[in-house]
Amino acid sequence: MSLLDRSACQLLADLKAGEISSVELTQASLDRIEAADEKVGAFLQQSGRAALAAAEQIDVRRAAGEQLGILAGLPVAVKDVLCDSTTTTTCASKMLANFRPPYDSTVVAKLRSADAVLVGRTNMDEFAMGGSTENSAVQLTRNPWDLQRAPGGSSGGAAACVAAGMVPLSIGTDTGGSIRQPAGLCGVVGMKPTYGRVSRYGLVAFASSLDQVGPLARTAEDVALLLEAIAGHDPRDSTSLEEATPAYSQSVSKPLENMRIGVVKEQFATGLNSEVETAVRDAIAVYESLGATVKEVELPHSKYGVAAYYVIAPSEASSNLARYDGAHYGHRTDQAEMMAELEAERKQLSESGDQRGLDNLDTPLIRMYRRSRAEGFGPEVKRRIMLGTYALSAGYYDAYYLKALKVRRLIRQDYDKAFEDVDLIAGPVTASPAFKLGEMVDDPLAMYLVDLYTVSANLAGLPGLSMPCGFSEAGLPIGLQLQAPPLKEQRLLKAAHMYQQTTDWHTRRPPET
Amino acid sequence: MPEQPYTTVIGLEVHVQLATQSKLFCRCSTQFGAEPNTQTCPVCTGLPGTLPVMNAHAFELSLQTAIALNCDIPGFTKWDRKQYYYPDLPKGYQISQFDLPMSDDGYLEIADPKDRFEPKRVRILRAHLEEDAGKSVHDEAAGKADSEIDLNRTGTPLLEIVSEPDMRSSLEARAFLQELKLLLTYIGVSDCNMQEGSLRVDANVNLHLEKDSEKVATPIVEIKNMNSFRAVERAIDYEAKRQYDEWQETGRRLGESPKQTRGWDDAAGVTRGQRSKEESSDYRYFPDPDLMPVTTTAEQVEAVRAALPELPAGLRQRLGDDYSLGHYDADVLVNQGRPVVDYYLTAADASGDPKLTCNWVTQEVLRELKDKEITIEQFGVSAERLAGLVKGIDSGAIPGPRGREVFTTMLADDCDAQEATSKLGIEQVDESELVALCQKLVDANPKIVADVKAGKQQAVGALIGQAKAQNPNVDPGRVREICLELAQQS
Amino acid sequence: MAITRETVEKVALLARLKLSETELEKMTEQMGQIVGYVDQLSEVDTEGVEPMAHAVEVTNVFAEDVVAESLPREQALSNAPSSNERGYLVPAVLGD
Repeated sequence: MSLLDRSACQLLADLKAGEISSVELTQASLDRIEAADEKVGAFLQQSGRAALAAAEQIDVRRAAGEQLGILAGLPVAVKDVLCDSTTTTTCASKMLANFRPPYDSTVVAKLRSADAVLVGRTNMDEFAMGGSTENSAVQLTRNPWDLQRAPGGSSGGAAACVAAGMVPLSIGTDTGGSIRQPAGLCGVVGMKPTYGRVSRYGLVAFASSLDQVGPLARTAEDVALLLEAIAGHDPRDSTSLEEATPAYSQSVSKPLENMRIGVVKEQFATGLNSEVETAVRDAIAVYESLGATVKEVELPHSKYGVAAYYVIAPSEASSNLARYDGAHYGHRTDQAEMMAELEAERKQLSESGDQRGLDNLDTPLIRMYRRSRAEGFGPEVKRRIMLGTYALSAGYYDAYYLKALKVRRLIRQDYDKAFEDVDLIAGPVTASPAFKLGEMVDDPLAMYLVDLYTVSANLAGLPGLSMPCGFSEAGLPIGLQLQAPPLKEQRLLKAAHMYQQTTDWHTRRPPET
Repeated sequence: MPEQPYTTVIGLEVHVQLATQSKLFCRCSTQFGAEPNTQTCPVCTGLPGTLPVMNAHAFELSLQTAIALNCDIPGFTKWDRKQYYYPDLPKGYQISQFDLPMSDDGYLEIADPKDRFEPKRVRILRAHLEEDAGKSVHDEAAGKADSEIDLNRTGTPLLEIVSEPDMRSSLEARAFLQELKLLLTYIGVSDCNMQEGSLRVDANVNLHLEKDSEKVATPIVEIKNMNSFRAVERAIDYEAKRQYDEWQETGRRLGESPKQTRGWDDAAGVTRGQRSKEESSDYRYFPDPDLMPVTTTAEQVEAVRAALPELPAGLRQRLGDDYSLGHYDADVLVNQGRPVVDYYLTAADASGDPKLTCNWVTQEVLRELKDKEITIEQFGVSAERLAGLVKGIDSGAIPGPRGREVFTTMLADDCDAQEATSKLGIEQVDESELVALCQKLVDANPKIVADVKAGKQQAVGALIGQAKAQNPNVDPGRVREICLELAQQS
Repeated sequence: MAITRETVEKVALLARLKLSETELEKMTEQMGQIVGYVDQLSEVDTEGVEPMAHAVEVTNVFAEDVVAESLPREQALSNAPSSNERGYLVPAVLGD
């Protein structure tokens, strides 16, 4: 059995006991990446030498009897959207291919101060926009359970590298389901914490009011450990909550009593794949067998979640991505080529006597912006920028953006009401198991609808967790989603741990890699 | 002023840089004059992943200003993103306030000490807190293809104060700006240095006129690039005439053409049309998701109000009521700023003669400050010593005409009035001694006595000269009175 | 609300994107579909509902006004696509 088959918590105990060293573990992780990632494509970049040096340091300090951080010596992968001053942060975009942030994101700094060993940067949909990681401008990531299938996204690399046993722990981000959905499709545990629980400082923004950083691992205990390391108030993030961080890794193993689980009827309506339905219903039955009572709850506005989300997220994105204009950093178009293009257009317009065209011809500065952005962004990013720009533009703001914010409030109110009666809401993560690569690239709307079950938690700011609860006949993992009221991550973790104590879905490993 | 066939209608937008140490959303210094791009950080250069956190002091200063401007302070305010592309704006949006500004509906009262316009209340539409942009420099003369961007100023806190179009002449506009600047310096929220860009003014100008006994308005023009109050005055005057000419030519009314922006060319003394892009006005404002709203309670507002220093308008009133100063004197003092007023108040309280003290301050002291280009704090005669001088004059210990000599000596020798008086050998002349001297002069000059008796009072002047020659300490006014009396009696 | 090609062109300029003919065509169609989908929001009765711009209800978050060190200029300009020793360089900002 490989070292990496053990859970992070087990590895931590082994490290503490001196049974293994961090260098050994890191080397095992790097070897596994070396062996499997050619097929999976989870990593955009590995920091082999730096990781081994960091591991060595930790081993030395451990040997010296120093007090170490809670992740001491564990390999962790980071989604390439969190700034790290020691390397590039590309967001899997051509725009930022060479961008080296002169500062660390709070999450990366916290991982380092927890003595984690950062082994590499994982692939994602460009700027975290997408649900398949196919929107990466760099490479495809394949689902370790079936290499013809997508790992989900946008944290596809983050989920795939855990599923393929390359690292025990990985950091993702979730704006509309981007941790939970790939976790579900790759058969690992992923959590989107309460909005404001984890600092967004240094997380390259997609949709600021929805983005949240979160942990991925194979067990609820490991997720608890990683969450404990990254959570906490950050004075550099105005939206960060001033809440003490519970000792998740300690409390996770204490079972919940008198658990009341809510089920939303609409989530089991048409459109839900029957294998997924069966697995999810079975998982709920497991909870019943553990003493939970199950109750039907209503989230009447959640059916508008995707619509509200695809107004709010692109609107914020159109603004957040305005900074990538080739002026101060990031990709800039070839200026000589651009000037030549403008000159040619000018010539053509004046020859055809098109005065209006001449009047409206871009200035060199504007053309620089437009070309740089056109070259630097991929189609999905452009689509969302266009949608958001449209939704915020004069005459449409009230009908789209403002309306969506009101619907968002109603969605939140539905949850508040539902959680008066239940402790958790259980349901599917996605309507189907992993889809084939390329299946939806030309149908953005169908791709957006994959987020149906996950976006509402982002809109409402609630914590949500996804964990494996079965497999399809084709051997693809199926995810169970648990949602809880704000700041009740502990409840999610305990419930997930209880489930994993009784079932063994999380112990299965993908065959091919 | 000659009657014009139109009324000029003016509204002003003033951007004031708030006197914070650090920027609005990051902790870079706001110090003016640093080398380009040496006061920036990941936040103010808009690097991916960075987030803004609001400077508490900037909000406090805005609150103080808004309250001093008699604005309402709503209980809830938020920040919005105003989106446009410009290389001095690295995020692609400016964090500003759109529909729920931190204050609105205030006013500022203006008056002209020379009474060239009626005192009036200029309404303030709103005042809101926003971030400044950087600077772009394009050296056309050097034939450079590219512009150079300096982001030092990016993120500096600005308070934008928007007036209603309540001013009717360039004079009123200037008075508004002067009074606003005075108010801001009294509260200490800004240094208001126009050269350094701490105070920037845009003016919205149009004309109201009558055509066939129907009231019409011309299209509004926004004037930019005015670098002094004098420039604002000239630009408005120029623009009013230009708009009148244009109106006569085109007859175009408000709403018949889009709002135009014109830049003031100070050297040429003209405004010039600026290229306007039709799409540039779609700023796509929306609430900044990175910044939380700010709530303010009525108690907080009252506490800020109570802690405000005395404001220029109240101070003028007090100088009139408690110190019996006329509008003009009160204005001269208050316009000098609080330190001069404090100097005056100390001196006036100590001397017990507010009017005479005012004369000394507004004439001799201010002249010295101006000549030597120093501040009142650097001035060599303390308020207490000036009061000593005024008291000496009032008591007769210092003959009025010699006061200036005493003052000069106090300044030169760094001494009080008493010491200066004795240094100059000034002694008080006893009344009986004075009468005796006058009697002697009257007796010795029968021709003058005859002239006086014949009604030529001015003849007594010669006696005053003689008296001063005999004793430099005599009070000429008193000599005149006594001599006239004695002459009549003789 | 139908999305016309003219709208898409206008929005592309606002968004500072240069779209090719093919992109414009595809974008018009896809935006039309997506906007058609989100139009269902109009069904929801939102009378009297406060818009929710943030996922958490926190107010009055401030930092103290204390100066901290800025980036050294070289580092500040290190990611610039074009710069000289003083600042960022961009195509001429035309005089206004």
